[in-house]
Amino acid sequence: MGALNEPMVKPSFFKGMRGRDTLWFYIFISPWLAGFLLLYFGPMIASLILSLTNYSVLLPTKFVGLYNFEQMLKDQLLTISIWNTVYYAGLSVPLGTVIALLLAVFLNREDIWGRSFFRSAYYIPSIMPIVAVSILWIWLLQPRYGLINSFLNLLSIRGPNWLGDPAWAKTGLVLMSLTGIGTSFVIFLAALQGVPRHLYEAAELDGANAVQKFFNVTVPMISPSIFFVVVIGFINSFQVFTQAYIMTEGGPADSTLFYVLYLYRQAFNYFKMGYASAMAWFLFIVIVILTYIQFRLSSRWVHYGS
Amino acid sequence: MEANRTADVQSNVAGREQRSQFNAYRALRLLETSLVHVILVIGALAFIFPFYWLIITSIKSNSELFIWPPTLIPRTVELFHYGDALQEVPILRYMGNSTYLTVLNLIGVLISSSLVAFGFTRYQAPGSRILFAALLATMMLPHHVTMIPLFLVFRALGWVDTFRPLWVPAFLGNAFFIFLLRQFFVSIPSELFDAARIDGSSEFGQYWRIMLPLSKPALTTVAIFQFQWTWNDFLNPLIYINSQSKKTIALGLQDFYKSQTTVEWQQLMAASVLMVAPVVLVFFFLQRYFIEGIALTGLKG
Repeated sequence: MGALNEPMVKPSFFKGMRGRDTLWFYIFISPWLAGFLLLYFGPMIASLILSLTNYSVLLPTKFVGLYNFEQMLKDQLLTISIWNTVYYAGLSVPLGTVIALLLAVFLNREDIWGRSFFRSAYYIPSIMPIVAVSILWIWLLQPRYGLINSFLNLLSIRGPNWLGDPAWAKTGLVLMSLTGIGTSFVIFLAALQGVPRHLYEAAELDGANAVQKFFNVTVPMISPSIFFVVVIGFINSFQVFTQAYIMTEGGPADSTLFYVLYLYRQAFNYFKMGYASAMAWFLFIVIVILTYIQFRLSSRWVHYGS
Repeated sequence: MEANRTADVQSNVAGREQRSQFNAYRALRLLETSLVHVILVIGALAFIFPFYWLIITSIKSNSELFIWPPTLIPRTVELFHYGDALQEVPILRYMGNSTYLTVLNLIGVLISSSLVAFGFTRYQAPGSRILFAALLATMMLPHHVTMIPLFLVFRALGWVDTFRPLWVPAFLGNAFFIFLLRQFFVSIPSELFDAARIDGSSEFGQYWRIMLPLSKPALTTVAIFQFQWTWNDFLNPLIYINSQSKKTIALGLQDFYKSQTTVEWQQLMAASVLMVAPVVLVFFFLQRYFIEGIALTGLKG
């Protein structure tokens, strides 16, 4: 019966389908739509408005226009925090990317024993809780009894007072960040497995050695992944917070006062929510511009295959 | 005959040369292979040794902790530091709180993200493209932009120092997981759903009886990531939780460190081991889902 009826109902049924699809689409996505409006879009606009006020929990709120942004230009601690953040990101992202890439390239060879062991070993530190890792590294970076300086001592190098020395504290945190490259490593490993073997064979026939093959085949072929890892790496390290909050509290002498740590202080220690919102928007704009510029540049040199 | 012999000798010489060349090549290959293994082993040590150090520090005696050179294999095994740490701070309470939050976040994120991803995969509707672009855009938005207004909203609701700000948002979907699940959902043939629809299955029926059972690997990946994020999260508990009894393990561990006047390294390390252990266990049982999850999202950018 139903089958017999079907051709006859079809035209209107089809029209109704579209309306039904729209209805069901909005029913299914409603949790996210609510979340988007309440947790992202609304707060984003609120944050923009807040950044134009002197909102603070303690004082009556006033609209101050771009005053917060003007203050930011004069704020010396802010300048220091930007420098610290750029320094940290500028060291940890390139170093981390190179190490992750090299380990992935070595592990991708056909003659490797214990591949799954190595893969786990490189990946697992990156999923460890940052609080526990921070506390562990305070101990590892202990000037006298810490593992790092004991090791350096073995090589007859006198290790610095890492977290106690303004000249070395950032480097200590960079060192720690290098053990958390597991995600980049796995991304590279997956990308390498997608490089066709015949390209290497062709390069070998042309007499290319391992280094030439790396620079002329591997790097161009996986450049989208390299690019992705670098962009995400910068975005993430611009937001470094927890390590510095726990290990150094921004010290010594503000040498690890990173941007978001300073933002947190402004918001939750000094309750200058307006100023902190202005800072947050500045960070947001920097991230958007960075992503945009790098994506534009990438189209010139990144090889996306076919 | 003569000519033949010469040819023979020549080919012999050529063969020997080739063989010695081959041997040299093999030796070089072997050397290269060994060198690569040495590098890989050094790398693995650099990554894993800190965690070995974490464990052995937690069981060393006080006198052994401060000797030089440090002992790589502890001479004493003092497990009582774990008991001391548990006495010093309510670690089990903290871990209970974290577990409670993890379970709520898992339920919330699995239900909401899969529903939304199903909507984005199965239906074309006016606005669906723009909304998907908006979804992707929110993945780029730093948490710190929305952090302050959200705090003000939750404060106005009287939710500060309750668990609610730490789990309610999970029920409103997570852009990253929606994206991940959609990537997986589009690989499931739509004929299955069309057939089910003709058989009279409702839209929720298709979601519940076809999509979810077929998506167990992707859902497991989501669950693992969410577990890891909730368990490890520090910033949100730091902002919202004040009471000792409501602290999560991340916040409690930091608090334990900050509250010590003289640092008891063994106890601190013991507490850290307790925090790390569930993450390591989950990794070893479900590690392939970690890797698949990265491949599913990371590569697509």
